[in-house]
Amino acid sequence: MGDWFHILVFGYYPYFAATVFLAGSLIRFDREQYTWRSGSSQLLRRRQLIMGSVLFHVGILMLFLGHLVGLLTPKEIYHAVGLSSGAKQMLAIIAGGVFGIVCFIGLTMLLHRRIADPRIRRTSSVMDIAILAILWLQLVLGMATIPFSWAHREGGEVMVALSLWAQKIVTFQADAADYVADVHWVYQLHIFLGVTIFLIFPFSRLVHIWSAPVGYLGRRGYQVVRTREGRRPA
Amino acid sequence: MKIRAQIGKVLNLDKCIGCHTCSVTCKNVWTSREGMEYAWFNNVETKPGVGYPKEWENQEVWNGGWVRKKNGRIVPKMGGKLRILAKIFANPDMPQIDDYYEPFTFDYEHLHNAPESQTPPTARPRSLISGERMDKVKWGPNWEEILGGEFSKRSKDVNFEALEKDIYGQFENTFMMYLPRLCEHCLNPSCVAACPSGAIYKREEDGIVLIDQDKCRGWRMCVSACPYKKIYYNWRSGKSEKCIFCYPRIEAGQPTVCSETCVGRIRYLGVLMYDADRIEEAAAAEDPQDLYQAQLDIFLDPFDPAVIRQALKDGVPQAWIDAAQRSPVYRMAMDWKVAFPLHPEYRTLPMVWYVPPLSPIQSAAEAGKLGSEGLIPDISQLRIPLRYLANMLTAGDEAPVKLGLERMLAMRVYMRARHVDNRRELRALEQVGLTETDVEDMYQTMAIANYEDRFVIPTTHREYAEEAFDLRGECGFSFGDGCSGGSGKLDLFSHEVRVGPSAGGRSDRVGAPR
Repeated sequence: MGDWFHILVFGYYPYFAATVFLAGSLIRFDREQYTWRSGSSQLLRRRQLIMGSVLFHVGILMLFLGHLVGLLTPKEIYHAVGLSSGAKQMLAIIAGGVFGIVCFIGLTMLLHRRIADPRIRRTSSVMDIAILAILWLQLVLGMATIPFSWAHREGGEVMVALSLWAQKIVTFQADAADYVADVHWVYQLHIFLGVTIFLIFPFSRLVHIWSAPVGYLGRRGYQVVRTREGRRPA
Repeated sequence: MKIRAQIGKVLNLDKCIGCHTCSVTCKNVWTSREGMEYAWFNNVETKPGVGYPKEWENQEVWNGGWVRKKNGRIVPKMGGKLRILAKIFANPDMPQIDDYYEPFTFDYEHLHNAPESQTPPTARPRSLISGERMDKVKWGPNWEEILGGEFSKRSKDVNFEALEKDIYGQFENTFMMYLPRLCEHCLNPSCVAACPSGAIYKREEDGIVLIDQDKCRGWRMCVSACPYKKIYYNWRSGKSEKCIFCYPRIEAGQPTVCSETCVGRIRYLGVLMYDADRIEEAAAAEDPQDLYQAQLDIFLDPFDPAVIRQALKDGVPQAWIDAAQRSPVYRMAMDWKVAFPLHPEYRTLPMVWYVPPLSPIQSAAEAGKLGSEGLIPDISQLRIPLRYLANMLTAGDEAPVKLGLERMLAMRVYMRARHVDNRRELRALEQVGLTETDVEDMYQTMAIANYEDRFVIPTTHREYAEEAFDLRGECGFSFGDGCSGGSGKLDLFSHEVRVGPSAGGRSDRVGAPR
């Protein structure tokens, strides 16, 4: 029973979540463009948002990039450039710790503002509050793994196991769940909640991440003129 | 040369009585929705005053419009594309809703339900955002109505630049005027330039600037970039909205709602043709005082055969060229030069222009003689300082505004002489460079202002562009998923959880369309 449940959560659940994440995003983008936005509440209250939002976004973007690169890079690659598993784990602990704190300060400010400010509270949906709370919990869990990683900083086995799990998942290999069978439950909970965030992504304001407007930098000139057919004129 | 046509607009401030009919009809049609209570696509301000939102004209505060760099290029005052993107997490240049005003209603139900008491029951204000009781309403869309509030606060108005403003705080010297404002539908819109999503665009066929509600992601850069603060963030939908120039009416050849309902007949709509290739050049004029002339220079004469030929080649329909030849906007801006752009120094090349108001002539009134023998009174004696109007309309250049005002005075002198004394007063006209035909036309357009003279709007030629048959049975603009309205009980995506009214006062919004 324990095995079955473990495989369900760490072997199958990620695929379920990924399917909902991708299909849900696509369907919402296709069918519900009007709901696709960042959901800013800056107009209603600047206080606590300017600092909170900047810290949160900078922190979480760096954490996301760190996880992406750290988890999905095969260990042979960073060994080849002379980075041992132990050193890589130390890098993850330091960078994760620093940006974790940055993000924690920002996110705590935002969560507090959302709950305590009557304007923001009354204009928030359940999901607006839930997504902040879930991210906050996930961040705390992530930071709670640092002492455990520190405990076996020499060999870096835990990080290797976690990244193998992630790599097996994204390459569709059936034994992925085995790699996280023996890690501490804090890691397991962090992974579970992380996968869950992908699951609820399409139903929350997180969809604005898909629309990060980097294409703006490539716009020719500044002006946009549309012809009747919806094209830009020559 | 690339010729485009736009429906431009002129507001004759000399006739505005500040009745707010334009604002109210506009509000009823377009912004009477949750999230947009605070937004007025059209509002009327009493000047001098800081306006709505507070100090909107002070670009040192809000960083709207464009600036000219040393190399002669223009960039949004907020910064180039990278700097704009750097503000995306939190925009330091954006007003908070209190700079407009916190929308409110009153507890009207209390007047019906209150138990017997010693004093009559009152309807106290309640916030339309948080639903909480507001102790005091501190600001509103026209808080400074008829010079309301202390002069020390109102005089933050930046149009007092280069004026000894303290003397205008004294009762004998005080002056006021109305300024109705809406989106300028600029030729060089800075809101479009600052939109990272590319959701804001200018329509090629009629120049109307619109926000694609599906493409807007709520990054809020347009709110700051617009120097007129005429883009409003809808806090309910998370999208920005703006004046749409009543495009469904314009397309059908009808005037905008604000123009149609203007009881003072101050609003004019007409076609202007311009050279789209020279927009950037005009907007980058070195001296801000040259911007007014630079904009006049890219407007094209609709009677010039070369212009007509090129316009037809560039896809401007013949009906639009015909309308341009009868355009009251062209006549006021180009022929008579009595209309001016609002704050050309923002470099957006605005397309809603203003005829400056005349005002009582102080010293003449004091001396007890107002009428003069065919001579135009001294403009510098007007109660509203010329420099104040020039700061608003020509970046401080007094000469064009002076000529415009003199022409209006000359028209009065001429018509008065004709109607009262039955003689042709030509000296006044010579003084301001007008012919009798000019002044008769001016009188017909500006004083009589018949409906068909004010609004010369060609219909949009949809048949060239779209297969109209495909549009049959469409539901037009809706807030949901196509025609469905998106109002199903199980609402996974659109997240609109309606906060129920816990107390009285909000019940008027239950069941409002989404």
